[in-house]
Amino acid sequence: MSNVPENAPHHCPGTQSEDAGKVSACAGCPNQNICASGLPSGPDPAIEIIRNRLSNVKHKILILSGKGGVGKSTVTSLLGHGLAAKNPDINIGILDADICGPSQPRVLGVRGEQVHNSGSGWSPVYVKDNLSLMSIGFLLGSPDDAVIWRGPKKNGMIKQFLSEVDWGDLDYLLIDTPPGTSDEHLSLVQYLCGAGVSGAVVVTTPQEVALLDVRKEIHFCRKVALPVIGVIENMSLFVCPNCHSRSEIFPATTGGAVQMCTEMDVRMLGALPLDPLLARCCDAGDDFTAQLPHSPAVQQLRLIVDSIIAVCEESST
Amino acid sequence: MLEQVKQVILVLSGKGGVGKSTVSTQLALTLKEKGFKVGLLDIDLCGPSVPYILNLEGKSIHQGPEGWIPVYLDPEQRLGVMSIGFLLNSRNDAVVWRGPKKSSMIKQFLEDVCWQDLDFLVIDTPPGTSDEHITVMENLRPVKNCAAILVTTPQEVAIEDVRKEITFCRKTGIPIMGIIENMSGYECPSCSHCTNIFSSGGGHSLAELAKLPFLGTLPIDPRVGQLAGRGLPAVKEIPDSSTSKVFGNIVDSLGGLLSNGL
Ligand SMILES: Nc1ncnc2c1ncn2[C@@H]1O[C@H](COP(=O)(O)OP(=O)(O)OP(=O)(O)O)[C@@H](O)[C@H]1O
Ligand SMILES: Nc1ncnc2c1ncn2[C@@H]1O[C@H](COP(=O)(O)OP(=O)(O)OP(=O)(O)O)[C@@H](O)[C@H]1O
Ligand code: SF4
Ligand code: SF4
Ligand SMILES: [Mg+2]
Ligand SMILES: [Mg+2]
Ligand SMILES: [Zn+2]
Repeated sequence: MSNVPENAPHHCPGTQSEDAGKVSACAGCPNQNICASGLPSGPDPAIEIIRNRLSNVKHKILILSGKGGVGKSTVTSLLGHGLAAKNPDINIGILDADICGPSQPRVLGVRGEQVHNSGSGWSPVYVKDNLSLMSIGFLLGSPDDAVIWRGPKKNGMIKQFLSEVDWGDLDYLLIDTPPGTSDEHLSLVQYLCGAGVSGAVVVTTPQEVALLDVRKEIHFCRKVALPVIGVIENMSLFVCPNCHSRSEIFPATTGGAVQMCTEMDVRMLGALPLDPLLARCCDAGDDFTAQLPHSPAVQQLRLIVDSIIAVCEESST
Repeated sequence: MLEQVKQVILVLSGKGGVGKSTVSTQLALTLKEKGFKVGLLDIDLCGPSVPYILNLEGKSIHQGPEGWIPVYLDPEQRLGVMSIGFLLNSRNDAVVWRGPKKSSMIKQFLEDVCWQDLDFLVIDTPPGTSDEHITVMENLRPVKNCAAILVTTPQEVAIEDVRKEITFCRKTGIPIMGIIENMSGYECPSCSHCTNIFSSGGGHSLAELAKLPFLGTLPIDPRVGQLAGRGLPAVKEIPDSSTSKVFGNIVDSLGGLLSNGL
């Protein structure tokens, strides 16, 4: 089900929109009376199906940022590896909800794998025993294939991912999202409202161009009543590998994430430095946390993982 | 209203945060410095960066008899800007719209802004391949002089998305003017050692592979990042930087296009 019925005119704002039935495009639309009445069309049955499907998933976390390229996908994979390594008895799943630019198959080193559809649903691809992944990247034929879909079709895909993947028992499901506040985000929040989301981890970089979008994202979370677990500042500092002097490549001219967190009353989870080896690991699909366990980035990451666990455990008791 | 525009340039990527808004604004500023009349349209509805980068936050759009009047950067009105940022009440307001509503906003931006005569209209796009992109491409298809500049950073994660964007352009029939590689290498301010934080050369190889013109390499230069918020052209503020040279060259060849009657 999409929010634009088949029989609606081209510019239909969508049945869930505040303007449904009221804008000029609606003139002559066969559904106008129903839409204009504002009567809810009834809850989407998918919400209940998703609640059932995800009933064995303890904590569901969205990784968000209004800004592009700040490291959402990198942070998602680091958190996945970090959680999985912390305790071999807990199970982690990653859902790559970036339909147009899926990065997880590469970053987790499972490009080219196949997903199989069995009687109980799609089985995800296992990165290690307790870390699994589902991504549209597994469904594309070639790396040049582009998914050129408008919102409703993307929403359909997200609904399928949420309702048809057979994750088994999971302690954490981490959902990597595309940049912005778009159809994908709205659908995730809407479809997960029955299953319940623990909250959002918001990723930013230190400069104002990024913070500007991230403040909007936090407002978005508040609008849709999605709790914010906290903010991670990525690419904070750069340490020259030659002379070890520090430089700010993306200068925090407005106080960086720390000040934004204070202003907006959200938790600051920690800061990850820029590390060229991390970028290289992402490209190669290597597990940075295992390769460079003593790097400053991994040490910071461990603290961040601990805080996220603490917040999730607390909110579920 | 695009009949009065000599050349439309779409700045695209597929990957987020590679510097589309930085390239769009610097390109527009360089064109203006070289004496052209320029429009800059920001179709990033969820994360409009252009008003901030050009130091135009808080300005508003007025409705004139013939449509929306853009915000001008300079009193001579050589650079006009349109962005949803000018229509929001507060800089923290989030635009949470689904596709159809975004599409109709973008159609309005393309049809109802009174740009007057322009040499160039630069369009900054949001990250990804969403309704915004599909709508802008569909609406620009009938526009004759329209081409895309693709921005990428050198690492594989970005190249992967930009390859998809090339497919997207080819499918929709928008010609690609070329590829810019941004954030290629960083020179340490203390020891001048160059680190390829996000690797290097990926944009150049992609251009060769896809048989597209390569427009230049921009290093990571914090001075460029710091021009954001001040609305200043790199070609004037840091004329000796390689960034200025790349923009200077691109603008020279764009100028050549115009004088050759396109
Ligand atoms: N701390 C870091 N140090 C070095 N490189 C990093 C760091 N964080 C991320 N990167 C690199 O930056 C690039 C962008 O990161 P990533 O793809 O995770 O961002 P994203 O927010 O998911 O982007 P998009 O908005 O396009 O989905 C990648 O090449 C990644 O390897
Ligand atoms: N060559 C460069 N040197 C230093 N900083 C840069 C460079 N290019 C871009 N930046 C900085 O990187 C950040 C991201 O750039 P920008 O906002 O232009 O990317 P974008 O592609 O428009 O992002 P989005 O996908 O979110 O729209 C900005 O803070 C910008 O100032
Ligand atoms: S009545 Fe409104 S919401 Fe319903 S289909 Fe028509 S336009 Fe869409
Ligand atoms: S009433 Fe309006 S919004 Fe609703 S379907 Fe018709 S055109 Fe679309
Ligand atoms: Mg990503
Ligand atoms: Mg931008
Ligand atoms: Zn150095």
